[in-house]
Amino acid sequence: MAEANVTRRDFLVKLAQGTSLAATGAFLWAHLLRQEARAQPYALRPPGALSELDFNAMCIKCGQCVTACPYDTLKLAPAGGGIPIGTPHFTPRKVPCYLCPDIPCMNACPTGALSPELKNINDSRMGLAVIDIENCLSWKGLRCEICHRECPLKGKAITLETHPRQLSKHAMFVPLVHSDACTGCGICERACPTQEAAIRILPHNLVQGKIGEHYRLGWTFETEITQDFKPAAPAAPAAPAEVPKQAPGMDYLNQGL
Amino acid sequence: MGLTRRDFLKTSIAASTAATVGMPLSKTAEAAVKQAEAGWQWDKAVCRFCGTGCGIMVATQGGKIVATKGDPDAPVNRGLNCVKGYFLGKIMYGADRLTQPLLRMTNGKFDKKGKFVPVSWDQALDVMVEKFMAAYKEKGPHGVAIFGSGQWTVPEGYVGAKLWKAGFRSNNIDPNARHCMASAVAAFMQTFGIDEPAGNYDDIETTDTAVLWGANMAEMHPILWSRITNRRLTHKDMVVVNLSTYGNMSSDIADIEIVFRPSGDLAIQNYIAREIVKRNAVNWDFVHKHAVFATGPYDIGYGFRPAKADQFNSAKEMEVVKNEQAHVIDKWEAIAQRKQEGEVVKQSNILGAKPAADWAISFEDFAKALEPYDLDFVTAVAKGNPDEADAEFKAKLQKLADLYCDPKRKVVSYWTMGFNQHQRGTWVNEQCYMNHLLLGKQSMPGNGAFSLTGQPSACGTAREVGTFSHRLPADMVVNVKKHRDTAEKVWKLPANTLNPAIGSHYVKIMRDLEDGTVKWAMVQVNNPWQNTSNLNHWIKAAREMDNFIVCCDAYPTVSAKVADLVLPAAMIYEKWGFYGNAERRTQCWRQQVPPPGQAKGDLWILLEMAKRIKLKDVWGEQKVPGLKEAGFEDGKLPSVLDEAMKMGYKADMSLYEALFATPDNKQSYKWPDAVAKGHANHIAETLKDGWFPEKAMFEEYRKFGSGHGHDLAPFDVYYRDDVRGLKWPVVEKEGKWTETRWRFNEDYDPYVKKGAGIEFYGNNGKSMVVGDLDKPGDGSKKVDISGKAKIYFRPYASPVEQPDKEFNLWLCTGRVLEHWHSGSMTRRVPELHRAVPAAVCWMHPKDAESRGLKRNDLIWVESRRGKVKVRVETGGRNRVPRGLVYVPWFDEGVLINKVTLDSTCPISKETDFKKCSVKVYKA
Repeated sequence: MAEANVTRRDFLVKLAQGTSLAATGAFLWAHLLRQEARAQPYALRPPGALSELDFNAMCIKCGQCVTACPYDTLKLAPAGGGIPIGTPHFTPRKVPCYLCPDIPCMNACPTGALSPELKNINDSRMGLAVIDIENCLSWKGLRCEICHRECPLKGKAITLETHPRQLSKHAMFVPLVHSDACTGCGICERACPTQEAAIRILPHNLVQGKIGEHYRLGWTFETEITQDFKPAAPAAPAAPAEVPKQAPGMDYLNQGL
Repeated sequence: MGLTRRDFLKTSIAASTAATVGMPLSKTAEAAVKQAEAGWQWDKAVCRFCGTGCGIMVATQGGKIVATKGDPDAPVNRGLNCVKGYFLGKIMYGADRLTQPLLRMTNGKFDKKGKFVPVSWDQALDVMVEKFMAAYKEKGPHGVAIFGSGQWTVPEGYVGAKLWKAGFRSNNIDPNARHCMASAVAAFMQTFGIDEPAGNYDDIETTDTAVLWGANMAEMHPILWSRITNRRLTHKDMVVVNLSTYGNMSSDIADIEIVFRPSGDLAIQNYIAREIVKRNAVNWDFVHKHAVFATGPYDIGYGFRPAKADQFNSAKEMEVVKNEQAHVIDKWEAIAQRKQEGEVVKQSNILGAKPAADWAISFEDFAKALEPYDLDFVTAVAKGNPDEADAEFKAKLQKLADLYCDPKRKVVSYWTMGFNQHQRGTWVNEQCYMNHLLLGKQSMPGNGAFSLTGQPSACGTAREVGTFSHRLPADMVVNVKKHRDTAEKVWKLPANTLNPAIGSHYVKIMRDLEDGTVKWAMVQVNNPWQNTSNLNHWIKAAREMDNFIVCCDAYPTVSAKVADLVLPAAMIYEKWGFYGNAERRTQCWRQQVPPPGQAKGDLWILLEMAKRIKLKDVWGEQKVPGLKEAGFEDGKLPSVLDEAMKMGYKADMSLYEALFATPDNKQSYKWPDAVAKGHANHIAETLKDGWFPEKAMFEEYRKFGSGHGHDLAPFDVYYRDDVRGLKWPVVEKEGKWTETRWRFNEDYDPYVKKGAGIEFYGNNGKSMVVGDLDKPGDGSKKVDISGKAKIYFRPYASPVEQPDKEFNLWLCTGRVLEHWHSGSMTRRVPELHRAVPAAVCWMHPKDAESRGLKRNDLIWVESRRGKVKVRVETGGRNRVPRGLVYVPWFDEGVLINKVTLDSTCPISKETDFKKCSVKVYKA
């Protein structure tokens, strides 16, 4: 069985490489690559993958990560699929990443597109789980919570919050995802029992917002608050400037009434 | 408050509509949904899975179940379900559903070594009965057996029990509930003289404390757990304690998690009792009025094969079995049982199927026995996590004792398999009652020891109907003449038709197949060759001995695989039925859809079998090896045929005509019946005798319990549109059938004498011999225990097999939320299978590391009895302590019961699936 799998995987890898090279001339190949690199934001990459632009630049489409994956998770993108052709990606609903502690895909990568900086598989950030709370069984009060129990980082990446249901004497157990721990492995998406998964992995940039750099939350301690209220280090003294010909505000002021 | 459910729904629907204005359902799509649902017909039913007993609404169209939902009016679940219940509509539609009888044949003839070939029902039943009669003639009534089920409907269990006990005069009928509830039953009978819990689920909303003793309710009783969690969130005084041999999901809500060493619960219970006594927390008013102190022998064995063990067990297995034959007292038992370390105690109170005798003792003796169970001793013997400091464990135990002892605090103790599947299962159940009775916290709203059931009708069918090898309906037993007389009267049998010899319990039926005592066995609604421990023996016995095994099932299970004949069974909503849940609530459903292909209900299979066997085949003189009973010749059942003739029976009459389709039943319970509201009944319609077997059998069964504290309402009452099950005893008050919420409590239970307050009437008319701590006394002094419950002293006893140098880990087995029992149904639901496709072995990361293993590695888990291959899980839902591994048993690809030990509680005969020793290494 294991042997057959390897063979099939080899075959698929060769096929993906083969079609790309045989069916396209070098010019067209380069064009396709550029097109898809621009068009696609949806690819879920193997653990340790660099940011999408850098990854696409570094990945040589050799397929070694795909061969190394013991679960058949990784696939090479075929032509015309919205993902740069020949690059590795995975579809969690079909086969998620099972988070091998020895990270064989990354170790097989000859270029560092899958960064050897990744030492602990739990630090990988392939994507982020997102819950459709309108269709999640647990958010409706049913005792499902499969995503929570199956999460390899249960209690960290997915936690349960309990609150009374009001409608009856039964509590709700609602799953919540935490981006500081979610690896994006997709085991939750694979396991979700609804007809269409109510929890899915998406690339971070499609999901995550960002609070402006100019503001800090008052109740957190992420930035140290100095309590001595002394002045901050002064700005470097500016060199004495010559009087400019133009100065801010003068255009408006000179417009006349 | 004051907001009704409908009001609330209306407002929340409005809100969610507003929230989704971005993508409204188009008018045409909306109309299409309405039209698609126009032909749906909804009816009330019950969930197929656990003992919680959630109410379900089932929608059908065109002979198919098209949808299900939680019943909003069901008091148990108020419209909710767990994820198994969510998929109820899909369990009947697995791709490999059995639809045709299959018989092992070679060249058109039955052959034990042949391949399964489709046959007609007539051929299947003829071969089955021919094999049955051959075994019956050769070995007598106890040469045949049936593995029944806590998932049988009430009428199925009743027909099974009546056919076996009254028809075949065989007590070799035992349900898988033996693996599940037998210890609870034995403790109920010994303590209260009557089976099943006093309280009900409303205890959850009235208590201040839920103490879980070996019950991972978060996964195994998901809907009850959401009620406990709600109480924890909404009642400021509510405290939840989780006691277990490993950390599990229930700890997430718990205020205190106590991880104890296997069998350490016995010591912890006695520590609490000792604290109750030391702190003067005994409720003396309650104890004087309602209880008596008692104890029993300690040398009761471990439930191994009582004779010729060495003939059937390997040398490796004998290393454990010999611990029963000559038990060496270890250092803990020496303290706990007031003996010398190293003393060899012959286990001389192994009393066959009879519960070990008990006797009354004084309070002084009782208190003396508790004396060794101080905090230091109990910590030493019971602390289960080697990485926890003694001081931390001690603080938790003290806190637990505080909770129990606080006179103002209401406490409910819950347990399931952790107590019941225990080498001292009966004792540990009794210890729980000990503490509740000492405190007077029993049989009152929010106060009580509550035994949760695993199966949907372990209570309703297995226990109440009495489908055990020693039981008759309504808590009666076969070895008491008065009980047999009552049953013979209700069943209209000649005197001495019923067999007074207790039959083989579940594990013993397996052992009987192995040694050739039983040569014919039938399986209904369970999977013995996956659910019984030490499986390698029984698989071999089924395939290599000269016997005939019939497996009735809806899907090809392991048990079907080892059988000789496989009969396709109808599933839950393809037949009529009743289930009884853990809170004594009897609930019903109608047939919703026809069974597929040739599949038929188990009831029909039993009745068709009864048609093919005549009175003269079974009611003549029969040999029963070992039978010894006053009024019977040793080893023999008398012929009752002459007496039967006088009663109007004929020798050529079939058991079907004599016991089931009697003129009376055909006259009184006709099919069709208005209660059906047009629903079909494939059994009544296939029998074509114009009677309604489920109703006739239910009404006959009711006669046993009415007036004896087990009263049920008439059949039709349960089917009323506004009834969502009723908790027995159900008695008629002013023309209304009224259920009983708290038993033994005057405010609720009509059986309690006026002015008694609390009355444990199950022991009325009984007495006990008075003795001292070590022996029963000569019997000259007796104490009347009418109206009283027993407060037992039961000592700590060490597990019979413990980790050693070679097999250096504890193995605990159990379940996961996503799968039901052996997975035969839930693993056919693609979504549930996808969610949890295979069993894993939970292991502490350090234990894995020290063995060179990492998460997801394939390993062997091996014991003295067998081994299985499974993947390692070091994270996830269970947090096992170092030294213990946990493997669920739902996966037929990981037959963990090849590894487990077939040691049972010697009193209840229930197997201990929770502790044995194993080694683990890379596969």
